[in-house]
Amino acid sequence: MSAELPLSGRVAVVTGAARGQGRSHSVRLAADGADVIALDLCGEVATTDYGGANAADLDETARMVRALGVSCAPLPVDVRDLSALSGAVEQGLASLVGDGDSGGARHVDIVVANAGIAGGAPIEFMAAEAWQEMIDINLTGVWNTLKAVVPSILANPRLPTNGGDGSASVILISSANGGWKAPPNLAHYASAKHGVVGMMRSLANELGPRGVRVNTVHPTAVDTGMIHNDFTYKLFRPDLEAPGRDDVVELFRSYHSLPIPWIEPSDVSEAVAWLASDASRYVTGVMLPVDAGLSSR
Amino acid sequence: MPEQQQEVDPRRSERLDGRTALVTGAARGQGRSHAIRLAELGADLVLVDVCADLPRIPYGQPDRAQLDDTARAAREAGADVRTVVADIRDAAAMSDAAMLAVNELGGIDIVVANAGVIQLKPATEIGPEDWADIIGINLTGTWNTIAPTLAPMIDQARGGSIIITSSAAGMKGPPNMAHYAASKSGVIGMMRSLAAELGPHGIRVNCITPTTVDTEMVHWPEAYALFRPDLESPGRDDVVDIFASLNVLPVPWIQPSDVTDAVAFLAGDRARYITGTVLPIDAGTLIK
Repeated sequence: MSAELPLSGRVAVVTGAARGQGRSHSVRLAADGADVIALDLCGEVATTDYGGANAADLDETARMVRALGVSCAPLPVDVRDLSALSGAVEQGLASLVGDGDSGGARHVDIVVANAGIAGGAPIEFMAAEAWQEMIDINLTGVWNTLKAVVPSILANPRLPTNGGDGSASVILISSANGGWKAPPNLAHYASAKHGVVGMMRSLANELGPRGVRVNTVHPTAVDTGMIHNDFTYKLFRPDLEAPGRDDVVELFRSYHSLPIPWIEPSDVSEAVAWLASDASRYVTGVMLPVDAGLSSR
Repeated sequence: MPEQQQEVDPRRSERLDGRTALVTGAARGQGRSHAIRLAELGADLVLVDVCADLPRIPYGQPDRAQLDDTARAAREAGADVRTVVADIRDAAAMSDAAMLAVNELGGIDIVVANAGVIQLKPATEIGPEDWADIIGINLTGTWNTIAPTLAPMIDQARGGSIIITSSAAGMKGPPNMAHYAASKSGVIGMMRSLAAELGPHGIRVNCITPTTVDTEMVHWPEAYALFRPDLESPGRDDVVDIFASLNVLPVPWIQPSDVTDAVAFLAGDRARYITGTVLPIDAGTLIK
């Protein structure tokens, strides 16, 4: 890979990397030259109404990343398990091909805390287990990810505190619906996704003086399996017996200023790639919507 | 060679070939930086600047030669360029600028409403003329810049991207700039309403809110004196620490190119579904 790519020699950790947005981010950052530690549960989650990714999905992400000429460390791990996450980051760093800036050890430059689940129910029908699992994965899982990665980031020789002149970029994937607005039936999801914003702001203040940038991205509905499943269709169209994709197009379009029902994973990845790069070197503490206007209406 | 599956490059192009951009405040500073970058990305340009000093604005404005310098740099980058010397408070002149893009450069696709001025005064010293100047230029002038581009942009039916330079002061309320903060908050309201209204036409509208940028707008003696009343005749070095204390990242100010990186991102298809947003380029000052 040629040296002039914007992220050449840098290491990105992406959670939820087996498919959907996480795969898209992994491949996009790889195209900009980053090596990728691609993490995913590769399994089922108890309270979701759609299937989880599997090891073959994560392997496909790794294949796509490597096809771009960079190194990839695909590792199955649950973001709810802090010690396993720390181990995976360590193992990933050790297994990436190539020497780091410091002549050996690699350090994390970019984190994309993308792993998350979706669900929804009126509070009187929302199971306590669904609340807990949502908070455990979408909020605590993000904290665990940062907890596991920050030691490597703070030791990164590119940071000014270590004699460098660069910055590290932490990107937390929140949500337009859940992390900016808060429609009905999403109490657990909105709590988690709003919580990520508070985490982002505090850590942006805390880590900024050391050259670490922390931002959130707020996508609207993305054209992935997380919205395209029978459960979500029924949640949005309870008036229909067996609603399908076509039955929710107009409804999803009505949330947006731009005349589209949903965006592509690559639209989020472009924002992620921008925040990961030096083009945003003085952007921190920012909530960046990629939401076709949903949050500003 | 082992057979390898052909992969599609996931990177979306940031090129702006075939598009025309209107940039105000283009003679120097942020506006010049934006203009040259848009030219490098392939856009043709209408460049507007007042090119004359303004009464009550406490630092000098650029001259015609500086606007021509921007135009020359943009042409060297390959752009077809028109320059307009106009005060953005002049709605008729701004209508003419938009029509210049439509009639001579094939339409209007991108608007960078960048022109703006500042005064630093305690509220008790802001007179009616001060208020009228700052609101007239920063808020009404931004409206004058955008309004005449809307009908052509809608008629073209090929979308568009409008980028308004607000300010961190439009999101927070620093002292000694009540009129400036009002004008910069005002454009955010304008942006949100326009984003909702124009979205169905595929026209995106966003604000950027920079922190202090290292330009002539910041570096003038009376500004230094306001920040360092303890010193006889303070200079640039004397305000570094104070400006740095406003930011989270360890920098006193950012460069025009840092703002341009955001403008370039918002202008093109990488941000095709980003609209109605306030994008701080502010080294963390908003959340500090």
